Amino acid sequence: MSHLALPVLKNGQAVALADLSELPFAFFRDTVLGAVRQGLRLACLCADAQLRMFAVLADDAGRTLRVARTRLEQPRYAALTPECPQAHLFEREMAEQYGLQPEGHPWLKPLRFQKSWIGGEASPQPTPGALDFYRVEGDEVHEVAVGPVHAGVIEPGHFRFQCHGEQVFHLEIALGYQHRGVEQALEGGPHPLSLKQAETAAGDTSIAHTWAHCRILEGLAGFSVPARADRVRGVALELERAANHVGDLGALSGDVGFLPTASFCGRIRGDWLNLSAEGCGSRLGRNWLRPGGLQQDLDPRLAERMLPRVDRAWVETRDAVELLWGAASVMIRFEAAGHLGPAQAREIGAVGVPARACGIPMDVRRDHPFGPYETHPAVPALAESGNVHSRAWVRWRELFESHRLISEALADLAASPCDPKPTSLPKLAADSLCVSLTEGWRGEVLHLAVTDGEGRFVRYKIVDASFHNWFGLALALRGEQISDFPLCNKSFNLSYCGHDL
Amino acid sequence: MMHILLSRWRQGHRTLPYPKEIPALSERFQGLPNIQAERCKAGCEACVEACPTEAIRLGAGGPELDLGRCVFCPACVEACPEGAIAFTGDHRLATRTREDLILAPGADLRRAEALGGELKRLLGRSLKLRVVSAGGCNGCEVDVNVLGTLAWDLGRFGIQYVASPRHADGLLITGPVTRNMELAVRKTYDAVPGPKIVIAVGACAIQGGPYYKRDEQLGGASSVLPVDLFIPGCPPHPLTILDGLLRLIGRLEDEGRRIS
Repeated sequence: MSHLALPVLKNGQAVALADLSELPFAFFRDTVLGAVRQGLRLACLCADAQLRMFAVLADDAGRTLRVARTRLEQPRYAALTPECPQAHLFEREMAEQYGLQPEGHPWLKPLRFQKSWIGGEASPQPTPGALDFYRVEGDEVHEVAVGPVHAGVIEPGHFRFQCHGEQVFHLEIALGYQHRGVEQALEGGPHPLSLKQAETAAGDTSIAHTWAHCRILEGLAGFSVPARADRVRGVALELERAANHVGDLGALSGDVGFLPTASFCGRIRGDWLNLSAEGCGSRLGRNWLRPGGLQQDLDPRLAERMLPRVDRAWVETRDAVELLWGAASVMIRFEAAGHLGPAQAREIGAVGVPARACGIPMDVRRDHPFGPYETHPAVPALAESGNVHSRAWVRWRELFESHRLISEALADLAASPCDPKPTSLPKLAADSLCVSLTEGWRGEVLHLAVTDGEGRFVRYKIVDASFHNWFGLALALRGEQISDFPLCNKSFNLSYCGHDL
Repeated sequence: MMHILLSRWRQGHRTLPYPKEIPALSERFQGLPNIQAERCKAGCEACVEACPTEAIRLGAGGPELDLGRCVFCPACVEACPEGAIAFTGDHRLATRTREDLILAPGADLRRAEALGGELKRLLGRSLKLRVVSAGGCNGCEVDVNVLGTLAWDLGRFGIQYVASPRHADGLLITGPVTRNMELAVRKTYDAVPGPKIVIAVGACAIQGGPYYKRDEQLGGASSVLPVDLFIPGCPPHPLTILDGLLRLIGRLEDEGRRIS
């Protein structure tokens, strides 16, 4: 069966489960594998307690999403991973959450060291980090273990390097330390705390996650958000992107010992965060969005006041970051480290900055436009080399686009009156499924919800860009010097909590 | 080289004058809540019902708000038909005890007092902290980290984040302490030489924040360690964190300015 027979969904559109026929598993498997062979991306693969399995296939070039579902008769099934490495972590996740047994999975290990959601004797609390790490044997091979607690203000994770002298043969990353139960907390919802939990799924990506969550509710309620609210959401998302990209460029600069840009950007990042605070009171965009619209509008006076501050922050950003490209000591380090090529990036399903840095033209804002990006398109930034320099360069070019989008939106908002406060949403559609994508600063953020007969969530799935990209970092380290790990790591700057949920 | 010097000149000296002057915060900043219980109608529990983290209960004098549970969302403000609850622009929220975080109507917040005696002598002019994120969303971590930038320049107060617990005088904990981090938190604490202090930053580290009902976490730093300073917020503003740290080492007066 071809994936062309699967129903086509637009980003944020709900579909009744009745219209999403349950394929026999063998069909489901063939369809997903066939679609990935033809260049579609496995954006999400998840299960629920009834052994239903859902796959979201993103056709980025064709600008559509396709959803397939099946039901397993028993937990044991033929794994997809051997033929489709993109399924690797998803299958480990389903095994951990629901006790599925993907037969033939080459790397079946715990993912978050969480208890199984279906309970039973087979699921005692596992010890975090205790697993059989991939090992390289040999007289001169040694192993380096780092974490979970790192030397800095960073989230916890465990890294296990197999090294020969300085050279890294292999890096395995064990996460799960930040697991606090976000997905399960959302089940049975929406609850009063759901919005706060969406805001904190990855707290430095609040807007991208909250927006994806809001669009799930709006899609299921059949509600369209007023254009003005969408513009404000766009400002919020681009401010989040600008602040984090500026911070990352500064941190990359610091990791190669180039202090001017590091110091300047540390402060300028704060200027971008403070612009978010101007909009909603919180530097991290908390309490800004709400299902149906906004918690706080940018009234025309405020939008006008923000404009010169945006321009000033942008002038200072350019002044600070342009120093990087003229510094030979920076360029030589950036260009020599952390290569991830397009073939491997596609194979593992990389998204966002690392994908664009090796020439894969993928950006949810263009491919699956949401909110204001349909009428005010964003042009994806690309680079070719797939190294640290390319990932820095993509961030740099994206800053231009963010600045443009923010300035245009603020000018429009300053010239139009506020919307009345949104009323509460209509009831959510029962027995339906909705998929919502946004482009966070790291890359694609996916939320997927399945509702029961009452319109409550029976399954709520979150896929942060980091979930796809952590394995990319491991690949980028192969053959590198271990002393370059901080630089490579920073060039990806992935989320631990967004992965661990 | 010339480019760098020119940029250096253009970017200028930008360390904030705090604590001589208090930086202006956004008009929408949500700081210390103010409860005007005299406006409450008898029998009304709208705020109690609206609060998603059970931070509000009705006491003898009216609604009491637990800053340790509060995630600073506007649910109570929006739910109150009388406009009796409002967030003010006051960033000074840190306390030394868990009980002090419970804000009763009409009563002033009992802000953190300085460490006493030997601890003040040892740590008052040099405080090294090991930061441990224990299930945080990277929100508190971001605003803890930012104090190290040149805008805030934490080092000028003698406070520094260090890479090893062996070099630290205490821990600064963010996140609700997930089960998966419990052992790492305990081991890190054990590795800090005594006498030592613990600082809990953010709603999660105080009581579990938005995850307070989840079994995957333990309900904050106090569940595993003795905590000496509580800094509420979701996440707290960097100014709130710095205010708490400076109070702890006795460098601030009540109104938040420096002791000369």
